[in-house]
Amino acid sequence: MTLLATTPTTTWYLVLGAVLFGIGAVGVLVRRNPLVMFMCIELMLNAVNLSFVALAKRLGDIGGQTTVFFVMVVAAAEVVVGLGIIVSIMRRRPGATADDIAELKG
Amino acid sequence: MELVVFVIAAAMVIVGALGVILRPNPVHAALSLVLTLFGVAVHFVALEAHFLAAVQVIVYAGAIVVLFLFVIMLLGVDRTEDISIEPFKVQRPMALVVGVGVIGLVTAAVSSSRDAIGRGNGLEIPTVTGDNDSNVRQIARSVFGDYVVAFELTSVLLVVAVVGTVMLTRRIKTGKGES
Repeated sequence: MTLLATTPTTTWYLVLGAVLFGIGAVGVLVRRNPLVMFMCIELMLNAVNLSFVALAKRLGDIGGQTTVFFVMVVAAAEVVVGLGIIVSIMRRRPGATADDIAELKG
Repeated sequence: MELVVFVIAAAMVIVGALGVILRPNPVHAALSLVLTLFGVAVHFVALEAHFLAAVQVIVYAGAIVVLFLFVIMLLGVDRTEDISIEPFKVQRPMALVVGVGVIGLVTAAVSSSRDAIGRGNGLEIPTVTGDNDSNVRQIARSVFGDYVVAFELTSVLLVVAVVGTVMLTRRIKTGKGES
């Protein structure tokens, strides 16, 4: 039962954050639907949040958790603005993918 | 015990993330996102960030994912998209290379700096909660003390975001000019 007694170290959390960030980056590059691309950006933000909290715990600095708090607020604002843009684009041309709106022209 | 919690939560995070990028249906992708966000919240609890875990569940898994689902339903894009069509042939292999490269680079950097961020002693050091204040009280002291200017600017950001979104999604009435 020595395996169960091992506690996860900070390195484990950082590696998990790296994997989550990589999956999110692949998703942004591969998917065509703007909504799903937004979800992948949320994945990357969460990966960075996880790394922040792990290092805040390790270094004993509450500033890391405060930073995550601000990142969450900015992420919420970003989602609101991004979804507003997507709604106004989709209203004009339904079923648009990221390739259709590459020229940013109405 | 902590190892079990870590493994289960990490599995939730990875499975949910893969679901987001592999599911063809946007609704399924949004629900997979909920799984990932809950996994991250469990990690936050394990890392003694109780306030952030609560905010994660309420704001992310609650508000943001509901907003996503609302927009998906509003736009009527809740049908399975054909993800087998690939406009650029080399894009997926290149994306895979980029993803594996990012993961490999960060993992190499983390493991090479393992001595700097502590090795072997795990997360045993009771530093964040070293004083007897609760996590919420410490964050409050930090947010309303050291970072109070940033906090006030955040409120400005939220107001600007809301007003901007209302302006963006408003239909401009024809015949009444610019207003």
